[in-house]
Amino acid sequence: MSREKFQAISPADFFYRNKEIAGFDNPVRATYTIIRELVENALDACEQYSIPPDIRVKLIQQGSSIYKIKVEDNGIGVPYDAIPYAFAQILFGSKYTLRQSRGIFGLGGKMAILYGQITSHSTVKVTSSTGGYEKYSYELSINVQENKPMVRRKEVTPNPGRWRGTIIEFSFEGDYVRAKPKLVEYFRQSSILMPYANILFIDPDGVLYRFDRVADTMPKPAEEVKPHPKGVDLEAVQRMINATRSSTMADFLANNFHRVGVATAMKFLKDIRISPDANPKMLGSAELLRLVNKMKDYDDFQPPDAQCLSPVGTELLKKGIAREFRPEFTAVCQRGASAYGGYPFIIEAAIVYGGGIPVSSPDELLVFRFANKIPLLYDLHSDVTMKVIRKINWRQYKLDIATLPLAFFVHICATKVPYKTVGKEYIADQPEVEYEIEWALKTCARELRAFLTKKEKVAVAQRRLTVFERYLPLIAQFSMDLAGVGDGAGGGASGAKVEKILKRLETHAQEVEQRNIIEAN
Amino acid sequence: MLKRSNKEILSRLTELGSDIYRQLERGEFPKVRIPSRTTSNIVFDEKLEQFVLGEQKASRSASNIKQVRSLTQLLWVASFAKRLVGEGKSSTLRDLYYHSLNYGIKFREQLESDDTVTDLEALLTEPREAFNIFPKERSAIFGDLTIEYTTPETHKGKRVNLASNPDGVMVGLSVAQADLLSCNADKVFVIEKNAVFRRFIEERVHEKFNSLLIDTAGQAPRLARLLIRRLNVELGLPVYLLTDADPWGMHIAMVIIRGSANAAHLRELTTPAAKWTGLWATDIRRFSLPSFALTKLDEQRIRLLEQDMRYRDFQWQSELQEFKKTGRRSELESFSAHGLTAIVDKYLPKKLKMLSEMG
Repeated sequence: MSREKFQAISPADFFYRNKEIAGFDNPVRATYTIIRELVENALDACEQYSIPPDIRVKLIQQGSSIYKIKVEDNGIGVPYDAIPYAFAQILFGSKYTLRQSRGIFGLGGKMAILYGQITSHSTVKVTSSTGGYEKYSYELSINVQENKPMVRRKEVTPNPGRWRGTIIEFSFEGDYVRAKPKLVEYFRQSSILMPYANILFIDPDGVLYRFDRVADTMPKPAEEVKPHPKGVDLEAVQRMINATRSSTMADFLANNFHRVGVATAMKFLKDIRISPDANPKMLGSAELLRLVNKMKDYDDFQPPDAQCLSPVGTELLKKGIAREFRPEFTAVCQRGASAYGGYPFIIEAAIVYGGGIPVSSPDELLVFRFANKIPLLYDLHSDVTMKVIRKINWRQYKLDIATLPLAFFVHICATKVPYKTVGKEYIADQPEVEYEIEWALKTCARELRAFLTKKEKVAVAQRRLTVFERYLPLIAQFSMDLAGVGDGAGGGASGAKVEKILKRLETHAQEVEQRNIIEAN
Repeated sequence: MLKRSNKEILSRLTELGSDIYRQLERGEFPKVRIPSRTTSNIVFDEKLEQFVLGEQKASRSASNIKQVRSLTQLLWVASFAKRLVGEGKSSTLRDLYYHSLNYGIKFREQLESDDTVTDLEALLTEPREAFNIFPKERSAIFGDLTIEYTTPETHKGKRVNLASNPDGVMVGLSVAQADLLSCNADKVFVIEKNAVFRRFIEERVHEKFNSLLIDTAGQAPRLARLLIRRLNVELGLPVYLLTDADPWGMHIAMVIIRGSANAAHLRELTTPAAKWTGLWATDIRRFSLPSFALTKLDEQRIRLLEQDMRYRDFQWQSELQEFKKTGRRSELESFSAHGLTAIVDKYLPKKLKMLSEMG
């Protein structure tokens, strides 16, 4: 085997050669992906520090197919020294840990920059401040072959207003006209899960899309956690062993894994017959492989907990949906934390009825999917949510999903979203995930059914009242005609009497209906 | 029936209104209870020899969403009837239906308003004719009977002999309610169809047999049945019924004798003493009449009649069996095959003799 045949390739180079896998296959898709990645980085920079996001996005057309994108946030800001690496070196980032965030490695933003550099032959401008007395501006480009940031220009300027945040701008080759529908949809849907954010988008035609904050609270930010034993692979364990200072296996497991204490570690090691006192660094490769496999199979680890997750919460979800749709009724459900393969996740779902929700055509249900607050706009029919919706017997809930004005919302929060493809557009049907989505939707369905039943009862009561109101005066009139009392025209003393009787009867009828309504509740 | 005066009818309608009004005054949801007309509540009364309604009552209550509308309709029909009787006017079922459109009373179709009229009949145990609502008249009478009109006001006191019109005189309210002054006939022939009725007049049956002739034109309307009963009860005339020899014809005779289930809520429309003279199923052979095969519908009808309480007598049952056995039916006109006068000259005398022998 000759070593010369193997050529190390830098991550930047790798992505350059495989740009389609990250969503940059054509100018339309690239336009969408670039804006999405930048916006998500901006949002993460705010949310993880409980800063209510204030995001401004501006897209300007510079040539027939060249656009300039400018994204500004009020997030935590990037330290002066870190800027070149944070924006111009692939795989450098703050996200190489386990907690829920939109991207995993902060890769997408840099891919966007790289794509811009390749297609428009221009640099990226970054201005940032952590809120101190200075702000920093950089003009950078990426050295693709060496995966290194090249600083073209840098400048430190005073920051008298103590502004904090990041502004990034660069040019790229795109196609806004064709990307527009998806992009607008992306902003619209993103805003649904972020009623606490101000989002502003000015498109190349000068059209302003604005989503104003309607909630004062924010979801609790996700905390970092150690990896769960069920969620690691051989490579990861090897690295952890290389880095550990623990001299015994028991110590190593208890110090490095989520939900593993000394007692659990001892019991596990005893079960798989590895000495608790063994030095992890001395473990043979066969032993190591066995360890990792047993970790995946072992049933007695506590499931991962949800502190590393940041679900939106039922109240905020309701607010976000209300802002967008002004529905008649929203049934929301947040499931407890669950886990698949060592990765914790939480499902949040909503079924929304009426108001701004249109009656959709039977084969085009209104389904909104989100993963870690990112709207998923493609491949609905491959998504596990769609599978679940098709599976549920809606008649059991007296919901005719083909004719009612309904919309379905499913949000999965996870440290690792089980995307089926690299394109990150739809969720795979992991049994645990499927189960949680099913029960979340069923819980919503039950709530909605109760609402609709009540509504129907009230409507029936109203109709009944209308009937009484219509016929009782006639009964009075005809009986008076028959009995020969009054003049039947409702005048004089007898007319007043009839009025009185009718009032009494109607009050009575109303009471009867009120009772029915109360019973219905 | 109709023996009650208009005053009585008016007072009963007033009573209905007062009853409702009193309930209203007490602040109650008014309701009335009317004899139920469901089949389960229709029973055969042996003494009256007709169907009557049983004890079951149906309520029409304003507190019940499903009944408030029909109660309103019932009361409207009642007030409409009161106006008719009070003003000495009359109306038909169809006319009543159209009238209802002016009063915000929604009848979905005439069937519903007809049904409400029947409800009122059942509630007051008075036929609709008592409150001046009539079906379309199509029956006629001919013969030496002098009557004096009692209604309407315009004709009150006028007398007429019913032999004066060779087409027969239509049996409407005025004829049915007239006083029967003098009659020289000693029997009544009731004929199912107009063609034979005319033949009888032309052949002077009324003279030869000293009889009155009545054309029912199919199933006898109520006024015709009322008049037949009055001729039988008030004048003591025997009544002979002539129909086609098929299950439909024999049922025309049966309804005159024992009444219909539809009018089970009404009394004194039947003539139990009337005799079905023919054509019997057995007459087809007896008189060698041209005949046709029974249709499927005829056969179904025969099976239905076999189960009917009114048909349990031996003679009726054996006629039904004869139909089943021969599978043939025949019409009154079929006598023409034996010559124009055969039915009068040969058939009638023979059948009357048979009936008198049977007692």
